Amino acid sequence: MASELEQVAERAVAAALDAGAGDAEAYCQDSTGLEARVFEGEVESLTEAGQRGLGLRVWIEGRSGYAYGTDLNERGGVGEIASGAVEAARVADADEFAAAPEPAGAASEIPGLVDDGASEWDTARKVELAKAVERAARDADSRIAAVETTVYVDERAAAALVSSRGVSGAYEATYCYAYLQAIAEADGDRQTGLGFGMGRSPAALDAQAIGAEAAERATSLLGARKPASRSCPVVLDETVAASFAGFIGGVLCADAVQRGRSPFAGRLGEDVGSEALTLTDDGADPAGLNSAPFDGEGMPTGRTALIERGRLAAYLHDSYTARREGEGARSTANAARGGYRSAPSVSSSNLIVAPGELGFEELLAEAGEGVYVTDVAGLHSGVNPVSGTFSVGATGRVIAGGELAEPADEFTIASDLASMLASVRAAGSAPRWVPFGGSVSTPALLVGEMAVGGA
Amino acid sequence: MSSFSPRREFSTRRPLASFPRVSVAPAEHLLDPELAGRIVARALRHGGDFAELFCEDRAGLSLSVDESRIERPQRGAERGAGVRVVSGETTYFAHVDGLGEVDLERAADSAAAALSGQRIEPRALSAAEPILGQEIETSPVDVPAERKAALLRACDERARSQGDAVAQVQASYSEGRRRVTVANSDGLLASDDRTRVRLGVQAVARKNGTVETGFETLGGHRGYELVEDGAGEEIAARAARAALTLLDAGPAPAGALPVVVGGGFGGVLFHEMTGHGLEADHVQKGASVYAGKIGEQVAEPFLQAYDDGRLAGEWGTDGIDDEGTPTRTTALIHEGKVVSYLHDLRSARKDSQDSTGNGRRESFRHLPIPRMTNTFIAPGEATPEELIGDLERGFYAVSFAGGQVDPTTGDFVFGVSEGYLIEAGKVTKPCRGATLIGNCLDALAKIDAVAEDFEMKTGFCGKGGQRVPVGTGQGHVRIRELTVGGTAVG
Repeated sequence: MASELEQVAERAVAAALDAGAGDAEAYCQDSTGLEARVFEGEVESLTEAGQRGLGLRVWIEGRSGYAYGTDLNERGGVGEIASGAVEAARVADADEFAAAPEPAGAASEIPGLVDDGASEWDTARKVELAKAVERAARDADSRIAAVETTVYVDERAAAALVSSRGVSGAYEATYCYAYLQAIAEADGDRQTGLGFGMGRSPAALDAQAIGAEAAERATSLLGARKPASRSCPVVLDETVAASFAGFIGGVLCADAVQRGRSPFAGRLGEDVGSEALTLTDDGADPAGLNSAPFDGEGMPTGRTALIERGRLAAYLHDSYTARREGEGARSTANAARGGYRSAPSVSSSNLIVAPGELGFEELLAEAGEGVYVTDVAGLHSGVNPVSGTFSVGATGRVIAGGELAEPADEFTIASDLASMLASVRAAGSAPRWVPFGGSVSTPALLVGEMAVGGA
Repeated sequence: MSSFSPRREFSTRRPLASFPRVSVAPAEHLLDPELAGRIVARALRHGGDFAELFCEDRAGLSLSVDESRIERPQRGAERGAGVRVVSGETTYFAHVDGLGEVDLERAADSAAAALSGQRIEPRALSAAEPILGQEIETSPVDVPAERKAALLRACDERARSQGDAVAQVQASYSEGRRRVTVANSDGLLASDDRTRVRLGVQAVARKNGTVETGFETLGGHRGYELVEDGAGEEIAARAARAALTLLDAGPAPAGALPVVVGGGFGGVLFHEMTGHGLEADHVQKGASVYAGKIGEQVAEPFLQAYDDGRLAGEWGTDGIDDEGTPTRTTALIHEGKVVSYLHDLRSARKDSQDSTGNGRRESFRHLPIPRMTNTFIAPGEATPEELIGDLERGFYAVSFAGGQVDPTTGDFVFGVSEGYLIEAGKVTKPCRGATLIGNCLDALAKIDAVAEDFEMKTGFCGKGGQRVPVGTGQGHVRIRELTVGGTAVG
C-alpha cells in the first residue's frame, strides 16, 4: 500500500512543478479500520472506517501554499490539487524563512509499529471485546447504573512523503483502542467515570481492566461535594498530569516562542520548574502511538530533552522554525501532520514525564492535606496559552492526613504554568501512557501549591 | 487602577420576528436519482429496516494574517459518500472517497456485508418538497483571493490601531461550500447547497510583563457580503479592545456570586448546560439530567428557548439536516417548561415521533447524531443596564473561551475569556482567569432575568468526535448565584 502512495505523491510533486511551483512536497495518506459501538450488550453501530487523501505544499520564492483533495486520479484530481496549491501560494506574502525542507538522513528504525493482530481478528471477536469491556464495568460494582457507550477502534494507516528536494519515504502503523463512560448512581447522586486502553493490536487491550477503571472512577466520586476553597497541595493523576504536559508541550513549540506567544519565550537554559520535573519529547519511542520513522517533513524522529530537572533545555522545532532561529538550530523532527487536510505545523510527538521515586501512597502522604484530582474539564478553554494562567473545573478526592478522604467535585484548580512547574514537588514512580494532550507517558504528580476554588 | 468604561456597546435588540426568511431555488442533486435509488436498494439486499445514501461534495479556502504577513493559504476539496443500513438497534456504516458508481457500490456492499437476511425493496425515491434555501449575495469563490488577503491586512491594521500595547494580531478567514444529497429507503431524496464564511481575530496586548488576549468571530451561512463594508474590521477592533481592557485585570473573585452573562457568545452557556442535555441520544440512554423532564418546570416562567436551523444566514443554519429532514424551529423551553428534545431519525423512531431536523454529521465519513443548530434564549424585557444595576456585588461574564458539560451529571465548567466585577450596580474592574462552574438544572432554575438585547454568535461544537458549526445566542442573562472559580482565594 505504501509504495502505491509514494507513486501518487511523486506524481503530485511533478504536477506541482509543472503548474509553476519552485518546490513541492506531497503527503499521501490511506487508512483503513473498524469502529464498533456497543450499548447494553448489543452492537449500536459498526463502521468500516478509513480515508485516503493527498496534501500538497508548494513554495514559490518564499511564498508557501497548501492544497488537499481526495480525488487521486492522475488526470483530474492530482492536477487540480497542484494548481490549487500554486494558486494559494501566490496569495501569501514572501517569508525569508519559508523553503522546502532538505533531506536529513535515514529514517529512524522503530520496532513494532505494525501489529497484524487487528487484521487477524474477525469483526465478531472485536465486537465481543467491546461487549466484554462494558460487562466488566457493570460487573465491577452494583452501583454502576449504566454505561453510556463502549467504543472499540482499530486502524491501519499508511503514509508516504515525497518532495522535489529529494525527501522520500513511506511507512505503516497500526493503532487500537477502547474506551467507555460508566455511570454510577447511589443515594440520588450520579457520577461518571472514563476507562480506556490502547495499543497496536486488540490483543493489547485488557477488557477487564478498562471496564473496571471506568467503574472505579465513577463510584469513587459518589457523594462528592465541593471541597473547601484554599491554597493547598494537589496530586494530579496520570490522565490530568498528561493533559497539563500536553499543554506545556504546546507552549514549548518554537513557533509559539518565536511569535511571542509562549510564557517560556527567552528562557532557554533557565530554571522553569522544580528539580522533580523532567520532560522529554520522543517521536521514536516504540510504545508511543505518535511514533513514526520520520516527521511530517521527512526528518528522522528522535528524543529531545525539553526540561531537565527543572531547566529549560530546548524548544520543539520544524524546519521553518529552525531556519528562523538561525545559529545552527536544527529541526527536532516535530513537524506534525494532522492528516492530509492541513499543512504540517510544530507539535509535540510523544511527551514523556520522567517518573520519580514515590509510590502513590507516598505521594499522598507527602501531600498531607490537599486534593487529588482525577479529572479536569475545560482545560482548553480554561488555560490561556499566551500568559499561562489557568483555572479549570476539577473532580477527585480530598486528601486528609496523607490519605484519600471524601470525594469532591464542582471545584476549580487555578494557577499559572510558571508557578505550577516551579511547585512540582514529586513525580510518582508508576508512569502510564495516556492519549490526552497528545500522546503522553506520565506518572501522577504532586504539585506543592494550587488555588482550589470550591465551597 | 484606571477607570473603566464598558468597552462593548450593548447591541441593539433584533426581534426574532424580523429575521428575514428567504426562499431560493432548490439545490441540485449531486447524482442521478436513478443511481441513488439503485445504491439504496443494493444496501438492503441482505435485509435491514432502513438504508440511506449520503453524498457530499465540499470545497473551501482559508488564509490568515500573522505578524502582519499573509500566511497559510490553503485550498481543499473532498467528495465522497456514506452508506448506512439500520437493522433493529444496529447501524452498519461504510464510506468511500469519490462519487463514482463503483465507489458507491463498494460502500453499499460494505455496509450490507454483516447482514444475512432477505432482500428488502426500498420505496421509490421521490423528490422532497422544495426547502428554503439561503440567499448568497456574493459567492465567495467569485471574490479574488487578493481581496480576502486585503481584508485580513485591514483587520490587522485596525486591531493594531486600537492601542500601542497591541503586540500581535492573528486573523483568519475561511470559506466553504458544501453540497449534499441524501436518498433513503423511505423514498426520500433531498439536496442542500451550503455556503459559509467566517472570520476570526485574536489580538494579544502586552504591558509591563502582563499578556492578555482578546478574540472575536463573525460567521454565517452567508456569502462574502458578511465580512464586507467594515464588518470584518469591526470584529478586529473588538478583539483588540478586549485584550487592552484585560491588561488592567486583577484576579477573579472565587466563590458564589450573582452572575450576569453577556449577550451573543454568552449563549454558549445555555448551549452547554441545556442544549446538550436535550439531545435525544443522551436522553434515551438515561445519560441526561433532562431525561423524563418533558413538561416539567425547570426555569422561571418567563424563559423561552429555541433551536432553530432555519434562521436566515446564521452559522448553524441549513436547509435540510444531514438525513434530509427539513430544518425547523423547535421550542425547547416554553414558559420555563421543557417541551422538546432534539431528534435525528433514529432517536425519533425510538420515541415514535418525527425527527426535529437535528440529525447532523461532520462529513460523509461520520454517522448522523442529534446535534444543535442555532440554539438561543429568546430576548426578554429588561435592559442589560437594569440587570447589572440591581446588583450590589456580582460577576459579569462577557465572553467565554469555551465550555464543557457532562450531560449525565449536569456538571459544567466554562472558562471566562473576558469578565468583570460588578460593584454597587456598576461594571468595575476587569478580572482574569475566571471559571464558572455549576450544575445545569440548578443554574437554569436560577436564571432570574433576560435582557432585550439579542445577538447570535458562531462556534464549533464537538460531540462524539464530530465537529459541526453551531450558532449560540441570547440577550444578557442573569443567574442569581453561580460558583466563580478564580485565583483570588478566600
